Amino acid sequence: MANLSPGDTAVPFELPGVDDRSHALEDYAEMEAVAVVFTCNHCPYARAWEDRLVEIQADYAARGIQLVAISANDAKKYPDDSFPRMKERSEEKGFNFPYLYDESQEVARTYGAERTPEIFLFDKGGTLRYHGTVDDNYEDPAAVNVHYLREALEAVLAGREPSTAETTPVGCTIKWK
Amino acid sequence: MSFLYYEDCPSYDLALERLREVMAEEGIPGEIEVVKVETEEKARELRFVGSPTIRVDGQDIDPPSDPRYALTCRAYRLADDRISPLPSKDMIRQAFRSLAKSQPG
Repeated sequence: MANLSPGDTAVPFELPGVDDRSHALEDYAEMEAVAVVFTCNHCPYARAWEDRLVEIQADYAARGIQLVAISANDAKKYPDDSFPRMKERSEEKGFNFPYLYDESQEVARTYGAERTPEIFLFDKGGTLRYHGTVDDNYEDPAAVNVHYLREALEAVLAGREPSTAETTPVGCTIKWK
Repeated sequence: MSFLYYEDCPSYDLALERLREVMAEEGIPGEIEVVKVETEEKARELRFVGSPTIRVDGQDIDPPSDPRYALTCRAYRLADDRISPLPSKDMIRQAFRSLAKSQPG
C-alpha cells in the first residue's frame, strides 16, 4: 500500500541521475505534470513496459509532461540494478527521461512504492492525480485495453480528474536492503 | 514436468495455466510438480534462475545462457524480441515437441 493516495501532495526529493547530474522534483515545477516512475533494470515487468514509457515521454513532451524514473533496488543483491548498469540501460534503450538512483531507498520508502514499475503522477500543483500501473497488459502493447497512464495524463492536461485515479501496480517487488 | 515459482512475481498462476493448456492441447499426460521457492538457499539448491521456471524432463524450456540462481522474476524473450515475464504458449509447446523428437520411439 503506497504512502501517498490521490489528492496527497508530492514529497520533494533530490537524487543522482545517470547523466551524472542531480535531479530534484522541484526542477520540474513548471511542467504541466510529472510522472514519478519507480522502476529498475532487472525486473521483466519493468523491461516489458520501458519502451512504452519512452513512447509516452516522446508523445507528451511537447505538452509539458515529464517522466522521472527512479530505481531503488538493492544493487548488492541485484547487480543488474547497480548505478553503472542503470547508465548502460538508459543508453541502450534511449531513455528520454531522467533515470535516478535512490541508493538509500529513502524516496521509495517515503512514497511507499512497492513494485517496479509503479507510477505516481502529480499535476502542476504537486497533487497526486494517478497512482498505479502503466496499462492493463504488460505482455503485449498491441493488446492493451486501458491505457491508465495516458488516460490520466489526458485528464490532467484537460484539468479533469482521471476517471481511474488508482490501480494496483503490477511488477516485481522493490528489493529492499 | 516441474513448475517452479516465486510468489512475489505476480503472474506465475497465468504461466501455470498456460502450461496446463499446452499439455491438454498436445495430449501430454502427466502430473506437474509445482514447487514454491521461498528462500535464496532453496533457489541455489534448485538451480532456480527466476519465476516462473518450467522444466520438461528436467530441461529448462528456455535454458539461460548465464544462469544466476536467485529469488527473482524471470525475463523471457519472445519470438518478436519483446521481453515478457511469462513464456508464451509457443515456447512451452516447442519445448515439448523438441523433447518428443529427441526421444526414441
